[in-house]
Amino acid sequence: MDAGTWELVRAALGPLLAGLVYGTIPLTAISFTAGLALALAVALMRLSGIAPLAAIARFYVSVIRGTPLLLQLFIIYYGLPSLGVTIDPFPSACIALTLNVGGYASEVVRAAILAVPKGQTEAALTVGMGYATTMRRIVLPQASRVAVPPLSNTLIALVKDTSLASTIQVTELLRKAQELAAPTFEFFALYGVAALYYWIVCLVLSFSQARVETRLNRYVAR
Amino acid sequence: MGPLLQVRGLRKAFDGHEVLRGIDADAEAGTVTVLIGPSGSGKTTVLRSLNVLEVPDAGSIRIGDVGLDFAPGHRVGKRAAARLRAQSGMVFQNHNLFPHLTVLGNVMEGPVVVQRRPREEARADALALLERVGLSDKAEQFPFQLSGGQQQRVGIARALAIRPELMLFDEPTSALDPELVGEVLAVMRDLATEGWTMVVVTHEMRFARQVADQVLFLDGGVIVERGAPSAVLEQPRQERTRRFLRLLGEAG
Repeated sequence: MDAGTWELVRAALGPLLAGLVYGTIPLTAISFTAGLALALAVALMRLSGIAPLAAIARFYVSVIRGTPLLLQLFIIYYGLPSLGVTIDPFPSACIALTLNVGGYASEVVRAAILAVPKGQTEAALTVGMGYATTMRRIVLPQASRVAVPPLSNTLIALVKDTSLASTIQVTELLRKAQELAAPTFEFFALYGVAALYYWIVCLVLSFSQARVETRLNRYVAR
Repeated sequence: MGPLLQVRGLRKAFDGHEVLRGIDADAEAGTVTVLIGPSGSGKTTVLRSLNVLEVPDAGSIRIGDVGLDFAPGHRVGKRAAARLRAQSGMVFQNHNLFPHLTVLGNVMEGPVVVQRRPREEARADALALLERVGLSDKAEQFPFQLSGGQQQRVGIARALAIRPELMLFDEPTSALDPELVGEVLAVMRDLATEGWTMVVVTHEMRFARQVADQVLFLDGGVIVERGAPSAVLEQPRQERTRRFLRLLGEAG
């Protein structure tokens, strides 16, 4: 790479960082938070033992896992307007990614809840707890220990999946790189910087995962 | 006002298999009732029914001034079940301590989270209970750092903390290494001496002989024989009781 390319890369660092900070990271944070809440609701529906609720939850998970995320994004952004519903790019991406995380993470949450021994729920009953208190105080704290490693996978995958939002005009990291590369034809250099940025974010998340796991494992015999 | 615990006509089937076929029993306040019987006799199901961890198909249970009737096709309301459940404290075979809470946290959980007692008061109570089971120095540890016997003593303290009328013990020493059994039985003996009403499922015949006021021998979902330990354990009238005690290597 010649000096002109380096100059271009240096000039692009700021705008690409802006794409990361104002696009990729908020998309990830919003979709992951909302997606987890959705996942918990869907998991509890499936475990409720109420047949219609469980069926709705199963159907939802099946559709989300059985269709491409890119297509889900297109249906919300390009498809819904024909039904008279028009949503801006950023909220469209948030909705699609939330629905996607909700589907995948609900299976993780469900498995984690099932991994908590039945005796724990019984013990909670005997000290007087009802369903909601038992979930909040006893089951979910223990389930979270089981759920953190697979949910970290979901989160890290999500960081990279936000790049799909570039296809519906959301100005996030990848789209920023495309915009900067197009007039200069310096695809390798600019996409390389974008890749580095994604990687750094994922490295930070991996380190955080290790710390959270250590914290959650403090009450387990080793 | 009659016996503290009154059980009438308790029936329960699992998948068409009748586990309880009409159980009647009373326990006076301040007495220790020991349930013995072969595995599958229904003794644990009786105990779990008293705490509504199993919902009987028919019959009635009354503890103190809270009663509950069971009938086929009649669903027991959550609130009614919770009211009866609150009358008794349960000690499980596998302790079922909350692993993510400290020892103190385990004992305080019911009083603070469910009964909404002031935290400081609940804490003082919990520490006193831990003192009573000889574990005040373990308050800040997690359950996994304790021996099996210590875990079970925390289980007893947690059950006592909700201030029940009646204490239920489901084979509290069966999962323990032999050398740890004594410390748990000692705590239970102390509770009996202090006047706690207790219902205990156990295979510890020495404990039954020394501490029980009445022994109920269950087999095939019915109470085959009942009476003072000196009668049931020393001079059983029923052949089934004799056979069971012989299998345990006990007199009879």
